[in-house]
Amino acid sequence: MKTKVAIIGAGISGASIARVLSKYENLEVHLIEKAPDVGWGVSKANTALIHGGYDDDPEKYPTRAKLCIRGNRLWHQWVKELQIPHVWNGALIVATKDEDFDELERLLERGRKNGVPEMRIVDRDELFHLEPDLTREAIGALWVPIVGQIGPIPAVIALVENAVANGVKTHLETEVRGIKVENGEVKGVETNNGFIEADIVINAAGLYADDVARMAGIDYFEIHPRKGEYWIFDEGIPGPRRVLFPTPTQISKGIVVTTEISGHLMIGPNAQDLPPEEKEDFATTKEGLEQVWEGAKKLWPQLPPRSKVIRTFAGLRPEPTGGDFIIKAEEEVWGFINVAGIRSPGLTSAPAIAHEVAGIIERDLGVKLVEKEKWNPYRKEITHFFMLGPEQINEMVRKNPAYGKVVCRCNNVSEGDILEAIERMKMIGVKTPSIDSVKFRTKATTGTCQGSFCRPRIVQLLAREYGVEPWEVTLKGRGSEIGIGNVKALLRRDEA
Amino acid sequence: MMEPMPQIPMLNYDVVVIGGGPAGMAASIKAKELGLNVLLLDENDYLGGILPQCIHPGFGIHYFREELTGPEFAARLAKRLVELGVEYRTGARVLEIRNYSDLEKVVVFTSPSGTFQVWTKAVIYAAGARERHAFEIGIVGDRVSGIYTAGEAQTLMDIYGILPGKEIVIVGSGDVGLIMARRFALEGAKVKAVVELMPYPGGLARNVMILRDFDIPLYLGHKVVEVRGKGRVERVKVVKVDENLNEIPGSEFWIEADTLIISAGLVPSVKKLKKIGVEIDPATGGPVVNDRLETSVPGIFVAGNSLLINDLVDYVAEQGELAAEGAREFIENGGIESRKWVKVRKGENVRLIVPHYLSGDRDVYLYLRVSKPMEDVELRIPEIGKRMKLPVVKPAEMLRIKLKAEEIREVEKLTVEVVKA
Repeated sequence: MKTKVAIIGAGISGASIARVLSKYENLEVHLIEKAPDVGWGVSKANTALIHGGYDDDPEKYPTRAKLCIRGNRLWHQWVKELQIPHVWNGALIVATKDEDFDELERLLERGRKNGVPEMRIVDRDELFHLEPDLTREAIGALWVPIVGQIGPIPAVIALVENAVANGVKTHLETEVRGIKVENGEVKGVETNNGFIEADIVINAAGLYADDVARMAGIDYFEIHPRKGEYWIFDEGIPGPRRVLFPTPTQISKGIVVTTEISGHLMIGPNAQDLPPEEKEDFATTKEGLEQVWEGAKKLWPQLPPRSKVIRTFAGLRPEPTGGDFIIKAEEEVWGFINVAGIRSPGLTSAPAIAHEVAGIIERDLGVKLVEKEKWNPYRKEITHFFMLGPEQINEMVRKNPAYGKVVCRCNNVSEGDILEAIERMKMIGVKTPSIDSVKFRTKATTGTCQGSFCRPRIVQLLAREYGVEPWEVTLKGRGSEIGIGNVKALLRRDEA
Repeated sequence: MMEPMPQIPMLNYDVVVIGGGPAGMAASIKAKELGLNVLLLDENDYLGGILPQCIHPGFGIHYFREELTGPEFAARLAKRLVELGVEYRTGARVLEIRNYSDLEKVVVFTSPSGTFQVWTKAVIYAAGARERHAFEIGIVGDRVSGIYTAGEAQTLMDIYGILPGKEIVIVGSGDVGLIMARRFALEGAKVKAVVELMPYPGGLARNVMILRDFDIPLYLGHKVVEVRGKGRVERVKVVKVDENLNEIPGSEFWIEADTLIISAGLVPSVKKLKKIGVEIDPATGGPVVNDRLETSVPGIFVAGNSLLINDLVDYVAEQGELAAEGAREFIENGGIESRKWVKVRKGENVRLIVPHYLSGDRDVYLYLRVSKPMEDVELRIPEIGKRMKLPVVKPAEMLRIKLKAEEIREVEKLTVEVVKA
């Protein structure tokens, strides 16, 4: 008999766990997500960094310190197996005052303790060689070559696609309403779509991990949202080659200046603590964005005019009581594993967290894991028209003319790319057609015009492929429909 | 040195026109009439550019001497284009322009029939403009459904038959914003406000009338700063600004609405021109051109909203024809003959002016916009002693001034100013 595992939350943690657990013959894995697609919670909006592992104090935050560097090493492998867009460009933690070097020395020492390789302090000359356009006030930096950047949602999508290909079952738009516990053992989860039986429940519910834990009677931690805001600029605005951090303070790692993997200058985040109940407040604020602007200017004085922004956004980080990741099998409820408080460096740590959870299942729950004979570690990336040469385009067009037709003109995304995205959405069980699902897979609508030309065309394709009326297509799930009905709806009073 | 071209099908033309809107269609028609072998490329499934979704009247008064709707204007051009046998391809997106030498350019495009390289002597670039979006104008808050640029809302309504919402706030009182205000009102939606940053309306007078006709409140000297909603727009925050356009603290108020339409101006789409080194005028956002509408790269011509943002499609079509004439001259003479170009300079209360250089060997239209509205003014060009009385000038209304060749032949530069009479 297979051991049934229910993972709550298809963010970077849940998806990584699903992928790792899909290796085992004797597990039946269910991945449960309340959103219409995967990766739409905490994983969606963050700095997209694979951190170096020097930042987390092993005395104060032993789990973070241990898993960050392990996660970094695993990502170097995973991005290749899963064809996840990435760049390994290293980070500079920049000193602008003499006393900053004390902090950099501390970070260097901590990094060594955590096992971070190849870190060193560089002097001003070398710093400007590494990053010529940095603020002239910089006097040196800590250089951490193993830092990199990935696309966080593309990563979640890749993990889930790979997990599904290896037998994991997804349950999207499925909200957990209760955890069934009998005689101190979990029996499954109650959802809006019925009961899902489970011998093991893994709580990777991000901002809601405290609520889910409480459903199992576990009440020793609370998650509060910490908001971070970002600016992202149009293509062609010069950004740094490395990931730039200021020297950290007691409060924060500081505002990062980076060229994100699509080549856009990005700055952020600030950190604003919200009350625990405001877990849906993803709104940007004038004050927050101003704070980011001022912070970024200190490292990168030549910020472009503000009119060159193409998007501002905010994300929430799940800050747990105590500050460290909470990754453990709960003794009082057999079979319940918390993967909670996965704040920064959660994206980096995710692969290591997944292995940790597999270890917990074997060690603490005594389930001997049996590897499948045929487990496929590979996943092919979606076709990106913008990565093809003219001859390759013609090869694709011979198979399907849609690959020759550009829909998103800013980023050169073809109709073929979009149809492939829709196919892949269906493959992992996406039921509600959303522009965002297409956007995160293809980059359509993320360019200079922010979708004003191509969004209507994508609506049409989604409506056709999902067999719905075009106005029923959503931006990001139910309640965000693109229209209220046919253009004559109000005059005919047949508004939906 | 020439980079080797990949092995993709090759086509040969005298001139490639990029963009099948009014500028590109008029340019292709003119080029064909002038005996050139022309190829027109457009990325949409249909010709006409933005015209097919502009179902209101007001087009063609100058160009066709009668008032037409957008689709009618486009259809007239399309009919002529087909009669002449102009070759065109729809669904054809230009990926790259390569400029090997003055008479040797390559346009690489992709389409449902594949990718092609077109060798051509001249290029007329008429790719139009894009709209400014909510992020560019600094609106913060929730990133939810119900926020559209005016053009996108128009596409949804009049190409795809989708009604975006029922309670509408419009940012910007330019023509597009005002026309969309009327469009929504005609479909039974409630337009709750048009919010304009400047202390005066941004559209043509005939379009400002719409507000009175449909009883739509206009907030001058106000801006939308924030959107809130869960899933969909629920309310927008409006704040009053002072004469320096700074927000006045304490003047904020909220308007409940499910839709926010952004009509905050257009930006010429010139990224592909920038890549080949075409000089851009920061004032227009389009290329610097001579009186043939040739850019700083020989043989690359530009017309329509890629050149400068126009109010009237008639002038857009006129620019297309002019560019085609320039292309013919360029091809026949192996270049636009260099001579002493007359530099056109901006004087008082002139925000932008096109073309930037005049040859003095032909009559020319100057297209210009003022910086601020004024009454009882004179447009003056001191170097040639030209004076024109104008009862009123507004930034919203482009001025078009004809200069005769003999007027400008002898001067080295011209300064155009708009001053109190």
